[in-house]
Amino acid sequence: MRKALPIILISLVAFIFIGRLAYLQLVDDSYKEAAIDFSTKKVYDYPQRGYVFDRKGKLLVANQPAYDVMAVPLDVQAFDTLAFAKVLNITPERLKQQLERAWVYSPRLPSIITPQLTKKEYAYLQEQLHKYDGFYIQKRQLRDYQTEHGANFLGYIAEVNQRDLDQKPYYQSGDLIGRQGVESQYEELLRGIRGVKYYQRDNFNRNIGSYENGSFDTISEKGKDLTLTIDIDLQAYGEKLMKNKRGGIVAIQPSSGEILSLVTAPNYDPDELVGRKRSRNYTRMWYDSISKPLYDRGLQAMYPPGSPFKVFTGLAALQEEVVGLNEKFSCYGGYSYGRSARMGCHAHSSPVEMISGIAYSCNSYFAQVYRRTIEKYETPQLGIETWSKHMKSFGLGGFLGYDLPVGRRGRIPDSTYYNRAYPTNKWYATATLSNAIGQGEVETTPIQLANAISAVANRGWFYRPHILKEMNGNPIKDSVYTVKNKTTINEKYFEPIIEGMHDVYKYGTARFLNVEGIEICGKTGTAENFIRIDGERMQLTDHSIFVAFAPKENPEIAIAVFVENGGYGARYAGRIASLMVEKYLKGNITRTDLEQWILSNSLEEEYAKPYSGEPFKINQ
Amino acid sequence: MKTFIKLDWLSVLIVLLLVAMGWATIYSTTLAEVNANIFDISKLYGKQLLWIGLGVFLVVLVLSVEAKFYQGFASIIYIVALLALLGLPFFGKTIAGQTAWYSFGSFSIQPAEFVKVAAALAIAKYLTGINVSLKNFKNQFQVLLLMLLPMALIMLQPDAGSALIYLAFIFPLYREGLPSFYLIVGTLAVTIFLTSIKFGAVYVSGIILAILFLLLYIKRKQKPNYFLFIAIAALCIGFSFSANLMFDKLLQPHHKDRFEIILGMKSDPSGAEYNTYHSKVAIGSGGFSGKGWLQGTQTTGRYVPEQHTDYIFSAVGEEWGFLGSSIVILLFCSLMLRLWFLAERQKSNFSRIYGYSVVGILFFHFFVNIGMVLGVFPTVGIPLPFFSYGGSGLWGMLILIFIFLKFDAKRMD
Repeated sequence: MRKALPIILISLVAFIFIGRLAYLQLVDDSYKEAAIDFSTKKVYDYPQRGYVFDRKGKLLVANQPAYDVMAVPLDVQAFDTLAFAKVLNITPERLKQQLERAWVYSPRLPSIITPQLTKKEYAYLQEQLHKYDGFYIQKRQLRDYQTEHGANFLGYIAEVNQRDLDQKPYYQSGDLIGRQGVESQYEELLRGIRGVKYYQRDNFNRNIGSYENGSFDTISEKGKDLTLTIDIDLQAYGEKLMKNKRGGIVAIQPSSGEILSLVTAPNYDPDELVGRKRSRNYTRMWYDSISKPLYDRGLQAMYPPGSPFKVFTGLAALQEEVVGLNEKFSCYGGYSYGRSARMGCHAHSSPVEMISGIAYSCNSYFAQVYRRTIEKYETPQLGIETWSKHMKSFGLGGFLGYDLPVGRRGRIPDSTYYNRAYPTNKWYATATLSNAIGQGEVETTPIQLANAISAVANRGWFYRPHILKEMNGNPIKDSVYTVKNKTTINEKYFEPIIEGMHDVYKYGTARFLNVEGIEICGKTGTAENFIRIDGERMQLTDHSIFVAFAPKENPEIAIAVFVENGGYGARYAGRIASLMVEKYLKGNITRTDLEQWILSNSLEEEYAKPYSGEPFKINQ
Repeated sequence: MKTFIKLDWLSVLIVLLLVAMGWATIYSTTLAEVNANIFDISKLYGKQLLWIGLGVFLVVLVLSVEAKFYQGFASIIYIVALLALLGLPFFGKTIAGQTAWYSFGSFSIQPAEFVKVAAALAIAKYLTGINVSLKNFKNQFQVLLLMLLPMALIMLQPDAGSALIYLAFIFPLYREGLPSFYLIVGTLAVTIFLTSIKFGAVYVSGIILAILFLLLYIKRKQKPNYFLFIAIAALCIGFSFSANLMFDKLLQPHHKDRFEIILGMKSDPSGAEYNTYHSKVAIGSGGFSGKGWLQGTQTTGRYVPEQHTDYIFSAVGEEWGFLGSSIVILLFCSLMLRLWFLAERQKSNFSRIYGYSVVGILFFHFFVNIGMVLGVFPTVGIPLPFFSYGGSGLWGMLILIFIFLKFDAKRMD
């Protein structure tokens, strides 16, 4: 035993070692991959990012080359910091700081030292670069905008941040990623797939040919070209009309749900967020917390919809059969519904029924049919639920599901909402009466309202609004956007409502805005609104709101216009809607005086009022 | 001349093979320029070639000395060796925190690598003394002292790895009749310690109790000493419960890391596990037949730290693959088994015991070093004989082995 034990021990250890070697070298493949990672240099081939076109094929977004100075920290040899910083046109401190950051990111992977040099800077640098080991130039694509419009939905591209790196393994430090708008929504289509070539390095850190004859290499795949549903001319015209105003315009093609224009004001030139000037411009706009140019009002702003909402109040009342089409209601300059509760109305001929109620935008009429709708049911809770369901079937009060990355739910209150507001659950239809005329608890975003009007134009259905039309010239077939969403309102009830909207232009609240030769339907809206500055709640001039669609039969455009503090509906929003419809359907503007009025009138003074510190008057 | 004729040429051949492969690997791990001159002694591979040349000279010298000299002067050699270690704090040179070298100009000598030889001679001499028996506690204690003295001095450098090597004398001691009790206790202690840390004391205690009942059941007919069995089990359980406490209180944090990594309780490829991880990557990427000499991407790219010294086996693994590294392991094995066989055939007790020590020392270097490089043994800085860069290590190992081969050649005299 004593003679044999050492022999056994030696043999056993040899056996274990050879077994372990077999496991490491023959069974487990992960070490081979790790070795490739460590000992090869990856050179990436960034494909062209896809182009973006408008619905008529106009090029909106192309690419331009830019040159990043990269460094692999481990390869960087001692160098003249001062001289190199001068070549790069940055301070030596900045250069040191960038190199330290690169070390922290990874000693072996490339990091950006100076991003996005121009072609001229690049030419000079190229002559100098061979003196600096470990640095090289990576060519990249930047966006080259062919338009000054639509920055809000086009979005922009920027370097990935730490969060992207953590969450999306595809990206590496210094990569570009789409932010906001279409660039963000369709990032994966637009960016294509990066190719990679592996070069083996010897211990003198020279490339000694491709690794394993290139069997690990991949070829880059070009980004997809996208055609948007946007009509860039209409978009540009909308932006022009909205100069010096705040608000949003959303135009949708009812027959397809395609977004024709998506205007937010104030806006910015997309070129401001390209290249090295991006961060400075972005910061400036980010801190503009009053006019908020980065905020897409068309998608994100929740406004009380005001009188256009009467269209839906009317539809719900007809569907619930609580009012006859010809039933007349008298308007005594308002509607009194409690001991001291009264909803005011403006002067118009009385009495009114449904069609003229819409045309004159009579508050009293809609307050009463709304009240009947709610009170048809045993409890106000049941009534509100039914009403709420009808409203939501128009895409109100919830995310619409369009293909852009930002949005708001809007608000259509239901019984839970009021039960929470009145903890005793004792509340009645009258407490919610403002909903009838699109005030009170109801809020919508411009795109929600445009979509709901589009559903009215279609007599009861809509396609989910969307901005992507074609990919590489092939129409998209995503069922999300090609399945009809039916509203809960019977088709037959739409005709009288549409008649009323048509009459708005004939003898109603927008009679002076009628467009020659176009059968247009619309509805004005004027919404009270309040803000809080330093804790003090104050009322501002009403928002000017307008919805329209045209032509009356086979509508081609549905539009919603919100102009913040623009006064009564027909004043700003009505004019703008009318011009937009004419521009889209006719291509040119016949009413140049109307156009001139909009272009020459600014609301900047109105916007400055609450911040002036002086007392001010509203609705002048 | 007689010595050379009777020399065990098989062992010499294996040693030569290992030295040659060792140098080739050092060349691969230290090559840094395109037009290399292997004799350039400003480069590590050139220096190592010089050490090898001088090593041959040393071997001739060792073989020329009368075999009786080593036995006769064993005590004096041992004392000189201890003095050499004692002098280090006063005259030694400090490299990387360890005061382990005497420096002569641009060359340094590491005495610890030679003290092993002295200790092996001294222990052989002690055990051949009249009336010395390892059954005897006094003799056990004295021989332990012979081991502990150099061990303690080396610990002071501090060089835990080199000190650990003195456990190698378990080989001759066990072979010469050290009671198995020590071995069993040692093995049991290590097993309980490691399993307690990995799985927890409660779990380990359960197993100990299970074994206790099983043993009592099997031996129930032989009327076992119940008290003894239960006492041993109680001791084991007590040790198990104190293991975690000892682990936390006695070990340095970086030593704890090494244990935890080996036990699979921690993974830290970019920190404490860096060396081992890159070593495994290099070996694992070698595949069956390796990437070829000077072709290893990890070796030529210098990804494994200390690859020309302690981690040199990773270069063998990468460049020569499973085939080459298995051959190296088998060569070491053959050398150890051959020397063990030679030891067994010695007529003189002194040379036999010395032979056992040689195998023991070789084994510990081999086991600890390759175990570490393969990631199955905690990180301990011990060189791989004939492979790791360094003159002292090579010379110490050559002297150790060739003194024994001299004994073997003279065994008939």
